[in-house]
This record gives sequence, structure tokens and C-alpha cells, in this order.
Amino acid sequence: MSKRIATQGRLIDRSRALTFTFNGRDMRGHPGDTLASALLANDQMLVGRSFKYHRPRGIVASGAEEPNALVNLGTGPSFEPNQRATTTELFDRLKARSQNHWPSLEFDIGAINARLSRLLPAGFYYKTFLRPRAFWKHVYEPIIRQSAGLGQAPKDRDCDTYEYFYATTDIVVVGGGIAGLLTARSAAQSGAQVLVLEQTAHLGGRTPVDGGTVDGQPASAFIDALLEELRAMANVTMRSRCMGAGIYDHGFVLGYERLTDHDPDAAGPRHRLWRIRAKQVITATGAIERPLAFAGNDLPGVMLASAMRDYLINYGVMVGQRVIVATNNDDAYRTAIALKEAGADVLRILDARDSGGGPLMQKARELGIRIDCGRAIGKVRGGKRVKKVKICAQNSSGGALEEVSCDAVAMSGGWSPVVHLWSHCGGKLLWDDGAAHFRPDPARPPTGADGNGFVSTAGAAHGDFALGDIVAQAHEAGRKAAQAIGMKPKKHDAPIAAETREARLLPVWLMPAGANIGLRSKAWLDYQNDVKVSDVELAAREGYESVEHTKRYTTLGMATDQGKLSNINGLATLANSLGTPIPSVGTTTFRPPYTPISMGAIAGEARDAIFQPLRCTPIHHWHEAHDAAWEPVGHWRRPYTYPRADEAHADAVAREIKNVRQAVGLLDASTLGKLIVKGPDAGKFLDMLYTNMMSTLQPGRCRYGLMCNENGFLIDDGVVARLDEQSFLCHTTSGGADQIHAHMEEWLQTEWWDWQVYVANATEQFAQIAVVGPKARKLLEKLGGMDLSAETLPLMAWAEGEIAGIRARVFRISFSGELSFEIAVPASQGLALWTALIEAGREFGVMPYGTEALHVMRAEKGFIMIGDETDGTVIPQDLGLDWAISKKKEDYLGKRAQQRTHMASPDRWKLVGLETTDGTVLPEGAYAVGEGLNANGQRVTQGRVTSTYYSPTLERGIAMGLVLHGPERMGEVLEFPGTDGQVYHAKIVDPVFYDKEGTKQNV
Amino acid sequence: MKRYSAFSIAREALRNHAGWTRAWAAPEPRRRYDVVIVGAGGHGLATAYYLGKNFGITNVAILEKGWLGGGNTGRNTTIIRSNYLQDASAAIYEKARSLYETLSQELNYNVMFSPRGVIMLAQTESEVRGYKRTAHANALQGVETEFISPEQVKELVPIINISGPRYPVLGGLWQARAGTARHDAVAWGYARACSAMGMEIIQQCEVTGIRQKDGKVAGVDTTKGPIDCDKLGLVVAGHSGVLAEMAGFRLPLESVALQALVSEPIKPCMDVVVMANTVHGYMSQSDKGEMVIGGGADGFNNYTQRGSFHHIEETVRALVETFPIISRLKMLRQWGGIVDMTGDRSAILSKTPLEGCFINCGWGTGGFKAIPGSGWGMAELMAKGHSPLTESFSLDRFREGRFVDESVAAGVAH
Repeated sequence: MSKRIATQGRLIDRSRALTFTFNGRDMRGHPGDTLASALLANDQMLVGRSFKYHRPRGIVASGAEEPNALVNLGTGPSFEPNQRATTTELFDRLKARSQNHWPSLEFDIGAINARLSRLLPAGFYYKTFLRPRAFWKHVYEPIIRQSAGLGQAPKDRDCDTYEYFYATTDIVVVGGGIAGLLTARSAAQSGAQVLVLEQTAHLGGRTPVDGGTVDGQPASAFIDALLEELRAMANVTMRSRCMGAGIYDHGFVLGYERLTDHDPDAAGPRHRLWRIRAKQVITATGAIERPLAFAGNDLPGVMLASAMRDYLINYGVMVGQRVIVATNNDDAYRTAIALKEAGADVLRILDARDSGGGPLMQKARELGIRIDCGRAIGKVRGGKRVKKVKICAQNSSGGALEEVSCDAVAMSGGWSPVVHLWSHCGGKLLWDDGAAHFRPDPARPPTGADGNGFVSTAGAAHGDFALGDIVAQAHEAGRKAAQAIGMKPKKHDAPIAAETREARLLPVWLMPAGANIGLRSKAWLDYQNDVKVSDVELAAREGYESVEHTKRYTTLGMATDQGKLSNINGLATLANSLGTPIPSVGTTTFRPPYTPISMGAIAGEARDAIFQPLRCTPIHHWHEAHDAAWEPVGHWRRPYTYPRADEAHADAVAREIKNVRQAVGLLDASTLGKLIVKGPDAGKFLDMLYTNMMSTLQPGRCRYGLMCNENGFLIDDGVVARLDEQSFLCHTTSGGADQIHAHMEEWLQTEWWDWQVYVANATEQFAQIAVVGPKARKLLEKLGGMDLSAETLPLMAWAEGEIAGIRARVFRISFSGELSFEIAVPASQGLALWTALIEAGREFGVMPYGTEALHVMRAEKGFIMIGDETDGTVIPQDLGLDWAISKKKEDYLGKRAQQRTHMASPDRWKLVGLETTDGTVLPEGAYAVGEGLNANGQRVTQGRVTSTYYSPTLERGIAMGLVLHGPERMGEVLEFPGTDGQVYHAKIVDPVFYDKEGTKQNV
Repeated sequence: MKRYSAFSIAREALRNHAGWTRAWAAPEPRRRYDVVIVGAGGHGLATAYYLGKNFGITNVAILEKGWLGGGNTGRNTTIIRSNYLQDASAAIYEKARSLYETLSQELNYNVMFSPRGVIMLAQTESEVRGYKRTAHANALQGVETEFISPEQVKELVPIINISGPRYPVLGGLWQARAGTARHDAVAWGYARACSAMGMEIIQQCEVTGIRQKDGKVAGVDTTKGPIDCDKLGLVVAGHSGVLAEMAGFRLPLESVALQALVSEPIKPCMDVVVMANTVHGYMSQSDKGEMVIGGGADGFNNYTQRGSFHHIEETVRALVETFPIISRLKMLRQWGGIVDMTGDRSAILSKTPLEGCFINCGWGTGGFKAIPGSGWGMAELMAKGHSPLTESFSLDRFREGRFVDESVAAGVAH
């Protein structure tokens, strides 16, 4: 059985006890435990069920590579599925539940899949569930979906907060083991600013577990002193519980810090996403031990040898009392020795190598451990935990030589450097035949914009495994990285570690080497996704020969551990099946993040009201206080209408429109884009941007302008005012201001970089209020100030002066057909002017009006609206706006495009007005149908509705639309089928419905 | 070709699956074929398949530089829908969607087409207007869609937040017969069917040159030697420009990295596909249980198949806001693919200035859903010289200004 022993346990605090529950059972652990070590201390060997076959599974690893021990953690708003027990630090009252079973972990109906596993090989679902067709949606898929998935879906809104953190540093070291710490020291000694990221709670890595001597001290004492030295260095920052999640182009490193996962009651954000820019990155990410592929290697109690050692030394947990160790290398002997010294019965070391190992084997033998060389595990037996091991010769097909009862198996298939971060941004790998692993190829690193490498590696991640090599190489790696960013390292001696010679590893990809199909179909490669040796062989046989095909066909390496344990074994199995060398098979692509990171952290603080910043005009809060119904426009909110108590929106809009037409209304037009274009070439520049001629505009005058893109399509419109000889103020649509500003800058910076023009976006510097209606002038005159008479300030003129004591620019422009003054004042004065207008306007019946009234009134006047009459496929000529296209100019953006045959075709749909024959409102977006069907069987269309409203002024539905040969077909009635089953009939009319002569605005 | 069925699996189970044969053959190229298709992605394989099936042309080679299905066919978020606005788009995507419905049976390969329905959320007034317009257009195009209320959206997607403070859901365009499929299986299924018809799929075979004779295409040079053909189809997505240059013409294409990501798998919690264009993100749950999330495209051209992390942040922010429960899920993996974008964001299926040479590219972010329709139309174009499905997508349109533009919202309301 698995239990806590009285000795060892360097990371736990035995003086305090913590209680927690697993599947409702009360258990105890200590501060410093992981959930995994605490479960093992409570003899909880069975912790979960596998994805496909629902096989019983136990803890197999001790770190981020764990594929089996995933739990539903917490409850309610702090619930989280798929939490890895090996990286979850224990806290008091932790609640964990195992996953992927029904009705319980011990008795899982889904385990029938394991009985049927012969019928469910890799990719079986591509070959079946084909008939009857309707069954896929209604029967097969729902069943598959229900049995797939791992943890439960959270039900509640997350109660925690998250944040971003921005850091810039010279060098980032990923990994706080001995190699990472030594590179950090030598880089920092060279003068570099260094940031060390360590994913676990403890700096120092696994060297204290493995032992050894550095500079004459025990390794753990050396690390303690090194940590003290680093903490005292001002240019070194070390963060634990902070994983290097990904490396991206341009030295961008993503860090993922888990701040309160280990202490959920603590205040502050739960996770912090580090957005780091570094000049150099050193990955000292260590290595991961590989399992061995033998039958029954997935039973609870079969564990990586290094993990078993970790649980013993770090947490004082002895996973088994009678242990068998299977290995192809010397490192697993350390586990056997540690277990033996702690009092366990190590029954056998099965060393697949005929000649066994080096000095470590000698030591194990001296301790009295029986070592069988050239031996292998034929099969592990047991139901929900290990009971027996059949032993056979490695070079056999699995004929058992003997059977030994035991309660745990430690396995080691060698070590693979963690090359994930190196590979994220394009670092290439080398196959090391001797060590049987891929390691980073220093000659082909990820490169930066200058073509030089910006990532290097240290320690086991570099491919060094002897402590002496690691410390020497790591020391040098830090110096080199510092050199690469222009530092001049002073001479510091590298530490020297005593060597423990290790014998050469024997690559073992299958145990025994000639295992028969019965054994191969029980030898797991990918534990979580249930991919066995036989599955990879099947994929190869069926022609899924590329490693990517094999991966996708078998799901090898696609589980939540992303193949940390399975990839190399899988590749080797594929290579064997194909009869090719491993390096020619290659690896699948390593993608960020290194281990999964929370969506909460990626989203950061941006949620709810601050999901996206809300832009507010200076008058926003007045609108809010007066019950505006809002409409989102870009990042702004604009009042759609101001409904009074119990007033429907449509009634409120009608009231606002009538009031503007009969008295006076106020519109907050502050959101309109206001771009100042200034410089000796400003006029020339605007002549290119607008279809109109802007350079001839006189100071003091306004002109309505159209802007097209290079393809000739209308993208924005607005009124341009010339402020002085060299300055123009260009109004854009509210939603378009930022894009148009960017559009101008793009042309200025990439094409006309030698033109003397500056563009400044002054949208938020001004509040702008439209005072509109027959009583507008009277209202403004009451406030007093500048002369606003028709003689001094005619239509399409502007003037500067004072209104109600506030400095103002007044534009005589109208988008409603009424007498209209748009008054721009400094933003800080916007609310003052607005409230002054409301106060003074009472006697004239002033009312604010919203965007919908604005829209209806412009449609009554036949004015187009960007986004309604335009959709990115409409040119000004379609809209009858030829008058706004200069014939004199040699060029403007879009001119050439508009001359293309289809653009100049008489068959383009053109703008008209539409009136339903019965006065009702045409449905939005309806199409006018023509005769018959086109070649693809679709109804032929001949026009469409672009804007449609109920006009309170005309008391009937009005619409604008684009219609084939429309202007030539006045009076004709078109059919518009609605999606409501009705067919609407509308007559083609002039698009100007109201005050065709324009007398009302020109007074 | 060995037929796939539950019975064949049971039979094979008795002999430990030793009797399964290759899904597709792996021949060495011959010296000559009637038709050579360059690119064994979904579109190339589908083109070959319908050449054989609809026109009896089976002396076909499909050449692939890497491994088949390894480009965007194997990197997308597997959404299939046809609720497009423009007639030409609706026609080809609806053709594709309807072919997907029976593709598993037709290919005898389960591509897991799952008609679970797609909702496109309307979160601004202009989006509401836009989708109502699309619903009208779809009705006339024979595409079944419906504009639904926020309450109906909530009923279909219980985990959605329809009353977010920033962008409340105002409705949605619902296509009940849209859905998802298993992307790799689409390529594998077509490959197996092509191989069964006697076509030859040559992987690890890069085209290095295009040979012409008397102004007509004569064949290709490859890393496995020269191959002659009468007709040549270039179906290589992001690398189309490179091949076009070999054939002596240029293409109006830009290549950018588009990203996607998946969460760790969880039990089913979302049955339909949701696309939220205002906040920029879309999500569905795969049969495996992963939330499959589509992200943004980089603003600069490149071939790295990686992409910038800030796009992932933007996408995840949008989706955490739309589906608050995913805040406590974890991102398992992010990846990128290179999408080939045209000026009007619609594909090119066309004859080229080189006689006998045809091109199919420019699918941008929407290629997977089009695969069967694209193959159908392209095969007809190559066999007969014209196809109503592809007519609007010819190269001429850029010269004539005859765009098929789906980016409807050029601006928003004043």
C-alpha cells in the first residue's frame, strides 16, 4: 500500500495537518503536499478514468506531465475541471472529485468500453456509425459526446479576478532548477537584468532529489546558498508558481503566474498573465522521464521511477512497500536505492540492458537489491491496482519466466529534454542516438528580426544529464546570453560537480522487444487518450504514415498533457512500424502553452462593463440621467431615443421627430469624427482622399465630401470645413473616425510620405451639439453671442465666436432638412452649453432627440447613411452622388477603380425611394425579385431595401433602396418577399420625400 | 477498397485488426496523367474526386508537397455554414453544405458531419439590419436561415450571456442545418475514395516548375521528376502565388496567419456553433469535449503558421464575456494557419492566362466549409470549361471590378 513514512518529506510541514476531501471522503495531508502526494499518502491509488476506455487510472508522474490524475476541483463559482493533482498544492478544506465516470469512480459503466476495446481500435469511428444517416446527429453523436469530455462544465460565473503584468528585461530564464539558477547568476554577474520563471512553488528543481555534490557541498546546500546569493542581487527577479507558457516572435515571452490557487481565501487576483519582452531567453526547462511500453503499464501503481522518488523524498510518501523497478538506464537505480534505504522492499530491478548499469547498479547490489539484467516486464496484473508482475526476457515475445507479487512498479524508459519552449518559435531539434532523445540544435535556434538566435538552452533541456555537465554548461549559457546582448562578462569560475558515471542507456520502445499483439494492445503510449502500441501500428498499416496523420488518426499526444509522456515513445513506435529511423519520422509541432492556462488569465481584467472601454461624450451622463435608451456605435454609446415614462420607443422617436420639424431639438453629435488635416499640402492631400475638390474650398466654408477606398467603394462621408489656408477639419462618421484616421495615415506614411501634411484626431477635444428646427436660431439668439443671421452665416458656412459665453465654432450644416446649427465647443464646456440650451429652450419646446430620429429625418430627406446605403460594394455613382465627384481632378482614391467595366456598367443597382402601395413599412433588408431562377437555382433579384422607416412626418412607410435601372423606372411597382411569408409591394419614387426644394433648411 | 462498417470492424477484431489495408495507396508517380492536381488538401482532393465521379476522369495524380490534409484542412475550426449574403457565395457554400450532409455515406468514411446549427449573434443595430438582410437573401437563395430573438438564442445556448453590459445580444441569424465536421476525416475520406477510383496521391512531392508548350500547359517538374498532363489544377491555398509565378501570371492574394485554440475537454455544455462578430470570436464544442475557438488574423503578411498572442487575448476576452463559464476552463493549445486572402475576401476558381491551367485558391478564412462545393465546381470547370458555381469567382472579376464582397459592414451608423 501507499503511505506516509516518518522520514523524508523535505517539502512538507509535518507540524500542521490539512483536511481535504476526495469524492466526499475525508483525508489529511500537510502544508507543502500536492494533491497527488496527499492522495498517495492516503493510499488512494485509483484517481480517475481514461478518456476512451474508462480504464482505472492512478497517478503516474509527479509534475506537469501527469496525464491521469485530473480532478474536478472546488465547487460553485470557484469550480474548475481537469485540475492536475500533481501540480495542485494542497490547502485546507480542498474539495476534489474524480472525473469521467458514472455512477462512481470504482464502478464505472463506461468501463464496458475497455471490455470492447478490440472493437474500438484507433480511428474505429471513421469506419462506422455511417448508417442510418440520421442516427449520427440523433443517436451516435450524443452518446459519443456524453462519454467523451473529461471534467464537468463549470456552471457558475467565475468569482475570481485576473490581471496582466507587463515586464521588460534583458534575459528571461525559464526554469528555476539548478541549471536555470546558474545561468541566471552568470548572466546577472555579467550585468544583465534577469527574470527567472519557475512553474512550481519551489526553486531548485529536482537536483535535491537526485543528490550529488557541487563545489564540495551536497547539492541541496549548494542550491540554498545559490538562492540566497541570487536573492541579494538587485538585477535578478525570481518568480515561483510562474510558468513560462510560450515563446513568440520578437522576444515575447508569456508567463502564467498562479497567485492564489494554493490559498484560495487570499485577497487579490487568482492568476497573473506576464507579458514579457526579453532580448534573450534561456530555456532551462529540464527533462521528462519516459514510461516504458509494456502490457498493463497503465494500472494504478505503475509510476515513473523519478516520480516515485519525488514522492518519497519530497513528501515522505512511500508509494509501494514491495516494488519492482523496470528500467533501461541508470537513473531508475536512484529510485530503487532511495526506496530501499527508506525501508521498502525492492523486489527486483529489471534492467533491459544485458550488461546492466554502472556504479549505481553496484550500489544497489550492495544494498541487497536483486538485479536481473536483460529482463523485462511481460505484463502487469491487477484490477484497480498493481498486484503481480510477469517477468520475461527483454529479447522475447513475452513468455513469462516468473510471476512476482508486488504493490508498485517504478519504470524508466530514459529522459527527454523539455524542448517545447525552444520549439514554439521555430527552434529546431537534433536526434541524439546515444541518449535516444530529441534535443535542441544550438545551430538552429529561433531567430529574431536581426536573423540571430534569441533563445538558448541550459541543463537537461540542453541535453546534458550529468550534474557536472549541467553546472558547467549552465554557467556558460548565462554568460553567452549576456554577451549576445552586448554585455562583457567578467571572469567567474563555473562550479564543479562530482561526477557519477552512468552506463549507456538502451533504447527500449517496447517491452519485451518482440511483444505479441496481445501484449502490444495492452501497452499504453498515451494514457489519457488510450492510445496503445497496437494503435500506432494500425495507423501505420493503414497508410497514416506521416507523424501528423498518426497523431490525428490515433489521437496520440492530443490529450491535456499534449504528449509530454507519450510523444517520443509514439514516434519511435511509428518509426519501428514503418522501418525508418526515428529522426526521419520527426516530431509533431510543439504549440503554446506549455501546460494549459486559464481563459480567465488570458482575458485579464477585461470583463463586464470594462470588457471594452466605453467612450463617453461630455454629455453622456446627462443622457443617462434622462433615461436615454442606448445604441452602441463603435465604442460609443449614443442615445437611440429618450422615452418618457410608459412611452414606447417608436412613440418617443415620433415625438422627437415632430418636435424637430415643428420647434427645435438637440442632438449630441460629439461622437462625430473630427480630424484636423494641416500643412502646406493639406488641400492636395484631401483632393486625393475625397472624390470632391477640397483644395478650392474657401476658409469659412463647408463642403460635403465622399471618401472611397482603392477599389472605388464608398467608405465614409462627412462635412469638411476649411479652417485656414493650411488647415481643414474633416468630419467623419462616428464609427469611422479611427479607421479613417488610420486610412489617412497609411497613405501619408506609405505612399505620400514626402507630402507636408499632419493629421490629428481631435474627436474627443470637442463637444458638438446640433441645434435643429425652425426655432433653432431664436433659441441661440436668446443665449446671446455671435451673429447667426442667414446673411452672416448662410448654409454651408461656419464661423467662430461665442455662444452663452462659451467659445464656439458654428457650422451651418443640416442632416435633417431643417434649419440647423452644429456647435462645437471645447469638450469641457459641452455639458454647460447643453444644459444652457435645455434651460433656455424651454419656452421654445426644446427636446433632445436620438439617433433613430436622426436616421428617420435623413431618410425623409433622401440623405444616404454610410452602413445603410453602403455596404462595401456600393460606389457613389450608385447613390446618385455624381455631383460630389469632381470631374476636374486628375486622380482621387477610387477613381481608377470606378472606371472598370463592371463599375461603369449601366446595369448597376441605383438609389431610389420606395413607397409601399398600402403605406406599411417595408421589411429591413428585403430584396425585390425579378423573373425566374438563375443558373444556380436561386430567385433572380433586381433590387433591395437599404433603409426603411415609418415616417411620422408623412405618416406612412418610406424606404430607400438600390434597384436595377431604378431611376429610369419611376412609378413601377416591385415585389419584395418578406421572411414573414408576406409579399410587399412598393412603388419606385424619388428618394427625397420631404421638402424637395430644400426651403426649410435654407432660412 | 475494403468497405468500412461495424461488421468489418467486428471481423477484423477477431484477427487483431491485421487485415486492414492502406486507406490510400502510396505509388511512385507515372510519367503522364490526363489531369494533375497540385495540392492534396480538402479542395484538391475534392476536385479530383468529382472529376472522377461526375466526369469519369480518373487518370489523375494529386501531388502534395507535405502530407495530405496538412494545410488549412487540418487547422481550421471545422464550421460548416452557407448563410452568405451574395448569391454566388450562397450558391457554392450551400452546394458544399448539402454535399456534406451525405458525404460520410458517399465516401464510406465517417466525416462526422454534425448538423447542430450555427448562430451568428447580432450585437449592434447595424448587425441586426445586416442579418435581417441576409435572412431575406437566403430565403431567395434556397438557404434555410432565420433571424431569431435573444430569448431563442438563450434557449439554444444556455451558457451564453445575452445581457452583457457592453454588447447585449439583440438577436441572431440561425442556420439549423449548418454545423461542424471532423476536418482531417474530410481529407482522408476523399483521399481514400480517389485512391479507390485509381487516382494516384503522391505525397512528399513538391512542384518545382510548370512546363508549357505552344502556350498551353504541358506538365510539371517535381522533386520526383517531370510529369506530363493535359490539364493542371493548382489548389494550394497560401502558396498559390508561388505556383502562379511558375505558370507566368500573378494573383491578387495576400497570406496572413490566422489563429485558433482549443480548451481542455469537458462534458457537453454547448450543442451549437456560436459566432460573435462584433466582439470577434466564435466557439463550438467538439465531440471530444474541447471548446474550439477561432481567433483573429495578423495584420501583416507572413508564412509562420504561428501568429501574435494579442489576438488570442482579444478572442478569449470576447468569449469569456459572451460565455462567462469558460473563464475557469484552460487553453490547451493554440495554433495558426496561413490563409490566402483576396481583395474581396472571396475565393478564386478560375481559368488562368495559361491554357489548360486552372486555379482554386483565395478561400481566406472560410475554406473548410466550402470543400465539397469547391471540388464540385472546380471539377466541372476543369472538365467542361465552365461552371455556374464558379463563374462569379473568376480572375477577371478583379480587372472588371465585379467583386463578390461579403464584408458587408463598411461603416456603422452616424
